[in-house]
Amino acid sequence: MSELKRTPLFPEYEKYGAKTIDFGGWDLPVQFSSIKQEHEVTRTKAGLFDVSHMGEIVVKGKNSLNFLQKIMTNDVSKLQPKRAQYTFMCYESGGTVDDLIVYMLEENHYLLVVNAANTEKDYEWLVKNNTEKVTITNESANYVQLALQGPLAEEILQTLTETDLREIKFFRFENPVYFSTISSSAIVSRTGYTGEDGFEIYIDTASGQELWQLLLEAGKVSGLEPIGLGARDTLRFEANLALYGQELSKDITPIEAGLAFAVKLNKDTDFIGKNVLQKQKEEGPARKLVGIEMIDKGIPRHGYEVLLDEEKIGFVTSGTQSPTLQKNVGLALIKTEFAQIGTELVVQVRKRQLKAVVVETPFYKRSK
Amino acid sequence: MSLPKDLLYSEEHEWVKKEGDKVRIGITDFAQSELGDIVFVELPEVGDEIESDEPFGSVESVKTVSELYAPISGKVVEVNEELEDSPEFVNESPYENAWMIVVEPSNESEFDELLSAEKYEEVIKED
Repeated sequence: MSELKRTPLFPEYEKYGAKTIDFGGWDLPVQFSSIKQEHEVTRTKAGLFDVSHMGEIVVKGKNSLNFLQKIMTNDVSKLQPKRAQYTFMCYESGGTVDDLIVYMLEENHYLLVVNAANTEKDYEWLVKNNTEKVTITNESANYVQLALQGPLAEEILQTLTETDLREIKFFRFENPVYFSTISSSAIVSRTGYTGEDGFEIYIDTASGQELWQLLLEAGKVSGLEPIGLGARDTLRFEANLALYGQELSKDITPIEAGLAFAVKLNKDTDFIGKNVLQKQKEEGPARKLVGIEMIDKGIPRHGYEVLLDEEKIGFVTSGTQSPTLQKNVGLALIKTEFAQIGTELVVQVRKRQLKAVVVETPFYKRSK
Repeated sequence: MSLPKDLLYSEEHEWVKKEGDKVRIGITDFAQSELGDIVFVELPEVGDEIESDEPFGSVESVKTVSELYAPISGKVVEVNEELEDSPEFVNESPYENAWMIVVEPSNESEFDELLSAEKYEEVIKED
């Protein structure tokens, strides 16, 4: 087996009692105190996540916008400097290469933040489709990415910088931002993967550890804690934020996953996968992602089959006991004809067939 | 890590306590700590037969599902119903409140396969 990769923050995990796991080839903390505790802290106070395993790909050159318009499903022309956008790259089949955030640093200069396990694949996909002769570089190793999430995130972060964070609106960012004694600057966006208010911070690898320590020190009085991948997953799940490999994959389109808001069929440029996605949007997809809540006792898990009258109608993409709701809930990709709220169906939980019902999502929405 | 000396242990991280001609079974402190927050426990019913090394139920943490493997064969005579509403007992009190089932063993020789606290400690050190 090959050696697991480590982020520059690895030496910090141990200080906070982390239990680490192999996550797509990375040695990352699954939990520090406990998943439930960390989930709760992020919902009520603030949590700090090391997400440096995420990939950063830079696209530069005079035809960058044209290039991105041909690859991305969202309308990249709507971006201005210091604004970011959630989008997909799709195959001709409409299946998803990855979901990502595009940051417009300046004209003809974009930062693409992609899923860790997909970084290589995405880079190759971009290079393969580089008809516009732009410069594409995988700069993942140059960045530490930290996410500070929760209702107290802004208050905590503001103690370390002169930049007025209130000015950074949702899906916008500021660059350069300076923190306390750190000489390097950072990119700070109001984005996240928890359903809470918060920020994602990109800084050079050498400054990552210092920033992590400064943040935890600054947030101590507010109850800030480091958070592992376990709670990251339950937090994003409750907020109905897709996870590549579960809600999205090469076999699942963004339309099926209910994410049509980031697929702009009317933009000027045709993009890869448009034909299939357009057809799905016009005719309605044959499958749809829905929320389910168990009626019988049991927990739906990724990959479990969903049935109705003994017929297989789909499968569970994600599921757990929601720490906020204390209910056993899941997301399932099922035939559209059974996707109505209130429809009763059956989940094959190992050897048992258990009753569940289609419910509204998201399972959690923060009060503004 | 708590490892009471008066219990026997299986390599699959169950503990076994002899009580006259019956045995009480649960999972170890090590197992609960590895699993994290337990949110669901699935157990057999009174009267069910369980078989050594075969699954007799499961515990689920927020993150994952783990099967429970029977440390011995026998007939289930008691089930801890409280775990249905209070699965957190498994984290809080693995050897007391979170006992799972009481069994009438059908093959006493299977006890020879179980481990002492010292032997089990070696097993978890290797993990």
